[in-house]
Amino acid sequence: MDNPEQLIRGGFRKGALGETFVKALLGGMTWAIIAIALMIFGRMFRAGAPALFKSEAPYVDVGFLTDKNETLHVFDDAEGNRHQMPASEYHRWTDAHGADAVFNEQTFAYSGGGIAGPIVGTALLTLLSVGLALFFGVAAAIYLSEYSKQGKFIGWVRLAILNLAGVPSIVFGLFGFAVFVLAAPVLTSVPADRSLLAIPLGFTWLSFEGWNSSLIAGAATLACMILPVIITASEESLKAVPQGFREASLALGATRWHTIRKCVLPFAMPGILTSSVLSLARAAGETAPIMFTAAVAAKDTLPWEGLAAGENPGLWERFTSSFGMLGSQVQALPYHIYTLAARIPTSEYTQRAQYGSVFVFLMMIFLFSAVSIVLRNRVRSKLKW
Amino acid sequence: MVSDPSTPAVPAIEVENLRFHYGTKQVLHDVSLSIPAKRITAFIGPSGCGKSTLLRCFNRINDRIPGARVTGGAIRVAGIDIARPDLDLQMLRRRVGMVFQKWNPFPKTIYDNIAYGLRIHGEKSRSTLDDTVEHCLKVVALWDDVKDRLKSSAFGLSGGQQQRLCIARTIAVKPDIILMDEPCSALDPLSTLKVEELLLDLKKDYTIVIVTHNLAQASRCSDETAFFYLGNLIEHGETMQMFTAPREKRTESYISGGFG
Repeated sequence: MDNPEQLIRGGFRKGALGETFVKALLGGMTWAIIAIALMIFGRMFRAGAPALFKSEAPYVDVGFLTDKNETLHVFDDAEGNRHQMPASEYHRWTDAHGADAVFNEQTFAYSGGGIAGPIVGTALLTLLSVGLALFFGVAAAIYLSEYSKQGKFIGWVRLAILNLAGVPSIVFGLFGFAVFVLAAPVLTSVPADRSLLAIPLGFTWLSFEGWNSSLIAGAATLACMILPVIITASEESLKAVPQGFREASLALGATRWHTIRKCVLPFAMPGILTSSVLSLARAAGETAPIMFTAAVAAKDTLPWEGLAAGENPGLWERFTSSFGMLGSQVQALPYHIYTLAARIPTSEYTQRAQYGSVFVFLMMIFLFSAVSIVLRNRVRSKLKW
Repeated sequence: MVSDPSTPAVPAIEVENLRFHYGTKQVLHDVSLSIPAKRITAFIGPSGCGKSTLLRCFNRINDRIPGARVTGGAIRVAGIDIARPDLDLQMLRRRVGMVFQKWNPFPKTIYDNIAYGLRIHGEKSRSTLDDTVEHCLKVVALWDDVKDRLKSSAFGLSGGQQQRLCIARTIAVKPDIILMDEPCSALDPLSTLKVEELLLDLKKDYTIVIVTHNLAQASRCSDETAFFYLGNLIEHGETMQMFTAPREKRTESYISGGFG
C-alpha cells in the first residue's frame, strides 16, 4: 500500500463535527420526548396516586374502586369543623344531627364515593367490543388473504378498509347512533311506534327499532371503529405464515378450511393478539363513539343490578338474565373523566375524583395490555418453532 | 375410488399434450409422457424448463397459484382424468403425495407432524397413530434418532432429518405415488446420500417422480429420465440409455455440461 499514513487522521476534520452535531440533535430530541412523557405520567401519578393509595394497610383505597359515584357534600358543623362526605353518608349524618346543624354547605357533583360504575362500564365495553371485532375481523382477514381471488376489486376493498381506519371517531359515534341505537333489528312482541320496519314472524315480531343507548350498541360501535386495524393486522399475520405450511397440508389431502384451522391460524395468532392489544387500548380510551350510544354521566346501579331473575334464582336463571346487561346503559371512564373535567368546576374537593379517575384509567389500560401480552406470549410458547 | 395403479396396463401417470400457462406466459408446450408404476422417474433440465410445474400439476397443487392454469391436454392418474369436475381433490392428494424442495415440517412436535395427515382423514385411535408414526419413522431411518424425543419440536432436527421427516409425513397417509420437487437441493452430500438410499428402498412400494438439478443423482437412483428444455419434453427413456447414448443432440450436450 502506498502512503499508509493516510489512514491516520491528523488535526481537525469538518466531517467529524457534523457527525457529532447530528447525533446530539437526534439524541436530544428523543430524550426530550421521553422527558415530556415522563413529566406527564409523573404529574398524573403524583396527583392521582393519593386517591388510590394510602399510607396504612391495605395501602389501596378499595372504596375508590368499589364504591358507587356520588355527589360530594362539604359543610361545617355547629362547632365549626369542616366535613366532606358523599351523599349517602351525608343523609345519615343529617338524619342523626338534623338538617339545622349544617352550615356553609357546598356540593360537588360526581366528586364523592368511588368510580365502580365507570370502571365496570369501561371493562365491559372494551372486552365486548374487542371480542366482537376479533370475531368479525379475523373472519374477514381469513377471507381476504386465503379465499378471495387477488384482483383489482379485492384491492379496492382493502383500500376501503384501510381508509376506514382514518375516519374520525365522532363519525363512528354518529354512525353507531343511527344504525345500532335507532335502526338495528330486535325480536319483540310489541314493535315500538318508531320502528322503521316490523316483520311478523308468527310468534313474535322482527322489528327494526334499534337497541337504544346500551352496552351492546356502544360495544358494536367501538367494534366498528377498531375493525379496520384488526382486519389489516390479522391479514398481515396470516400472510406472514410460510406458504410451505399451507402447501404441505394441502398436499396431504387436507381441505382448505382444515389447513387454515390447523396450519395457518395457530401460527398467525400471536400477531393477531398483538393487534388486539393496540385496539383494546384504543377502544377503552375513546369517548366520542360511546357518547351517543352507551355512556351516561350518572347512574345509580351497576349494569347487572336490577335485572329481574325471579326470586331465589338458580345458576341458569342468573346466566340468562345476565344478557339483560347488554341492554342497559353504562358509565365509562373516558366519559366520566370528560364529565369531571368539563362539567364541574375544579377545586380542592374535586381533585381526588378527577386525578384519581385518570390514574385508575391509565392503570386499567396498562393492566389490559399486560394481560394481552402475557396471553400472546403463552400462545407463542405453545408453538414448536 | 382410484383403481390399483400397479396394474401394468395402466401407467401410474399419463400426460397427454399438456399445455400450461402462468398468466399469458406458456411454460409447457404439448408435453406427453407416461410414468410407469413402482419405478423412479427423474425429471431433469435447466432452471425454468417447466419440470417442477409439470410435477405440481400431478396433484393439482398449482391450482392455488393465481393465474396458473392448464390450457390444453389432460393428465390421467391411474386412468382417471384429474381435471374432471367430480374428482375428489383431497383423495387425489392423499394418493399422490408430495415432498417439497425446501423442507417444511409444521412447527409442531415430531409426532404431530406425522400424525397430521392421519388425523385429517379421521384417524383417532391412539394405538394406530402410534404404530404409524413408528413405522414411518423407521422407513425413513429416523426412528433411532428421535424415538426419545417424539414430543419435541420438529424444528430441532437437522435439515436432512427434517426432509426425511417430511418424507415420513408423506408416506404416513399411504400414497401410491410420491412426487419429489428437488428434495436434496438444499442438503449436504451425506444427507443427500441418505435420502437417495431411502428412495431406492421406497421404490418397492411407491411410484416416485423426482425433479432434480443433480445429474449424478438422476443417474444414480432413477430408472427412467425425462429431459425438459424450454417447456418441451426433449427426450424420455431408460436412465442408462439416456446417460450413455442419448438420442437427441440437446440431451447429450446438457448431460455433458454443454449448457444449462
